[in-house]
Amino acid sequence: MSLRIVVTVKYVPDATGDRHFADDLTVDRDDVDGLLSELDEYAVEQALQISENSDDDVEITVLTVGPEDAKDALRKALSMGADKAIHVEDDDLHGTDAIGTSLVLAKAIEKAGYDLVISGMASTDGTMGVVPALLAERLGVPQVTLLSEVSVEDGTVKGRRDGDAASEQLEASLPAVVSVTDQSGEARYPSFKGIMAAKKKPVESWDLEDLEIEADEVGLEGSYTVVDSAAERPARTAGTIVKDEGEGGKQLAEFLAGQKFI
Amino acid sequence: MAEVLVYVDHVDGAVRKPTLELLTLARRIGEPVAVALGNGAADTAAVLAEHGAVKVLTHDASEYADYLVVPKVEALQAAYEAVSPAAVLVPSSAEGKEIAARLALRIGSGVITDAIDLEAGDEGPVATQSVFAAAFTTKSRIAKGTPVITVKPNSAAVEAAPAAGAVEALAVAFSEKATGTKVTARTPRESTGRPELTEAAIVVSGGRGVNGAENFAIIEALADSLGAAVGASRAAVDAGWYPHTNQVGQTGKSVSPQLYVASGISGAIQHRAGMQTSKTIVAINKDAEAPIFDLVDYGVVGDLFDVVPQLTEEIKTRKG
Ligand SMILES: Cc1cc2nc3c(=O)[nH]c(=O)nc-3n(C[C@H](O)[C@H](O)[C@H](O)COP(=O)(O)OP(=O)(O)OC[C@H]3O[C@@H](n4cnc5c(N)ncnc54)[C@H](O)[C@@H]3O)c2cc1C
Ligand SMILES: Cc1cc2nc3c(=O)[nH]c(=O)nc-3n(C[C@H](O)[C@H](O)[C@H](O)COP(=O)(O)OP(=O)(O)OC[C@H]3O[C@@H](n4cnc5c(N)ncnc54)[C@H](O)[C@@H]3O)c2cc1C
Repeated sequence: MSLRIVVTVKYVPDATGDRHFADDLTVDRDDVDGLLSELDEYAVEQALQISENSDDDVEITVLTVGPEDAKDALRKALSMGADKAIHVEDDDLHGTDAIGTSLVLAKAIEKAGYDLVISGMASTDGTMGVVPALLAERLGVPQVTLLSEVSVEDGTVKGRRDGDAASEQLEASLPAVVSVTDQSGEARYPSFKGIMAAKKKPVESWDLEDLEIEADEVGLEGSYTVVDSAAERPARTAGTIVKDEGEGGKQLAEFLAGQKFI
Repeated sequence: MAEVLVYVDHVDGAVRKPTLELLTLARRIGEPVAVALGNGAADTAAVLAEHGAVKVLTHDASEYADYLVVPKVEALQAAYEAVSPAAVLVPSSAEGKEIAARLALRIGSGVITDAIDLEAGDEGPVATQSVFAAAFTTKSRIAKGTPVITVKPNSAAVEAAPAAGAVEALAVAFSEKATGTKVTARTPRESTGRPELTEAAIVVSGGRGVNGAENFAIIEALADSLGAAVGASRAAVDAGWYPHTNQVGQTGKSVSPQLYVASGISGAIQHRAGMQTSKTIVAINKDAEAPIFDLVDYGVVGDLFDVVPQLTEEIKTRKG
């Protein structure tokens, strides 16, 4: 038996950088360093753990849809231990929304072949948290999302979803789409050996034609959503800061009373 | 007037506040038709009618509890087909977003998530989003299909507006897909008796500076003196001092209360992402350089073990 896992990983602007919009109201990628979305490291980690706990042959492919630099995200995932990578890259993809992104990812996943798709819980830029559910809908397979614990055995994926009202145990047969939260287990750091090995691992590049997708189905043109404006939030006016010299709690209470919170 | 579908978030018939906020927003763009599913669905009608629902479509089946997400998508799709609404609004919970996205794909529409405001526009509803850790405010629309929009809690003040609220049974035929992911066990979370984090008007949070699970008692005492919900930073959650369901931030809850009190929290970008839109922000931190102080309306540089108990005592005294 063999198990083919595709891990979707997004290349995003560094959240600690000065993120902003370009003139066409898409994310400006030129001024801010990009990196592998930190929450997708958890997805790669779970794929590696499933592989390590399995008696089957497991092949882990990492997949990204993004600009040329997105190769950096793939390299990071490969250096953690994934086997191979697919980069979907096409100028016509600029400005693609969630519906379009899910189309491209789904076509690429089908072309690659899969038994299990693992995604992060959300990207750290768009932070919608919808792509895994959209992939399940497109691929016509079960979604087992937002897991803090995941395992695969005998063609079945099991996991635990910790929601607000309850903690749930979930189960579905493969093929399936899983997403994992940052509670699923710390992601490993690439070792020196891993980084060296990653340089030799195959990275395939596909464009829209390879996936039989028309340019007008994606990008700004194909988008189902339009951003009309983006305004920087006005800086907060400087607040009052006091040093506690024994009365700090009382002073704060006075402030809260003045604001009618008490 | 156009109808607007509103997905009802309820627990055994008790409607949660974000749904009432949605009804208020829905009235700006049309006549709200509510969709309530699962156990107690019909019991939601009275409160929904009081808040403007002209109709309440209800359906109960064991599938809603036994399988993940898809049965709810299929029911909402049935409602969409029955009503042909001008828009579909869903509360922005993790599940709500998944339901909205799958529905949008099925009906050939776009989806906008985490709107913080909604108004009628010439080309359909315009959604305001707060993005990049609340550093930017965007306005967006759906360009194709019927707008499907999820809205964050605390995005509008709930206004009563009595309407007919006629209850109608919704006909739903589940497909094979609906039973793909089985819920094999469910452990309900114990209620703390405190307000729901995302819905609370006041949130009191503790971070690494609280230094131990047992010390969270002083954060809870302050919260209780204010009738507030308790939040925590990821550092506190990862250390096992407080449950993950109380985490505020990018990978936790995003809150937008009238008052946010941060104690022993430095104010990392990922934490700010979840609380930056709070109306009034207060922090207690012993490091005068902590980034959280850039956000505050009032900050106390000091040891939280001195300041927080004194604050709690003073609040109790003032409240008598
Ligand atoms: C600030 C902002 C707001 C946005 N708002 C909207 C909106 O309201 N509606 C809309 O349709 N689009 C929106 N977009 C565009 C949308 O973010 C992108 O289309 C995006 O690629 C998909 O959504 P997400 O990044 O939020 O992914 P999420 O749904 O949060 O991602 C979940 C997981 O899906 C996988 N994934 C997502 N994108 C990729 C990718 N490109 N390559 C590989 N794996 C991926 C990853 O595993 C990730 O962890 C927004 C973008 C930004 C920057
Ligand atoms: C992908 C990703 C997602 C993340 N998501 C989140 C998230 O959702 N939420 C979140 O919070 N973080 C998140 N983080 C983590 C975030 O980067 C920070 O590490 C975290 O917020 C720090 O928590 P803290 O402020 O409690 O701890 P620290 O940064 O260690 O700060 C502790 C503060 O307490 C103060 N202090 C110590 N002792 C006292 C005392 N006795 N009295 C007063 N003050 C005291 C210190 O001066 C310090 O400022 C995420 C990180 C990543 C990479």
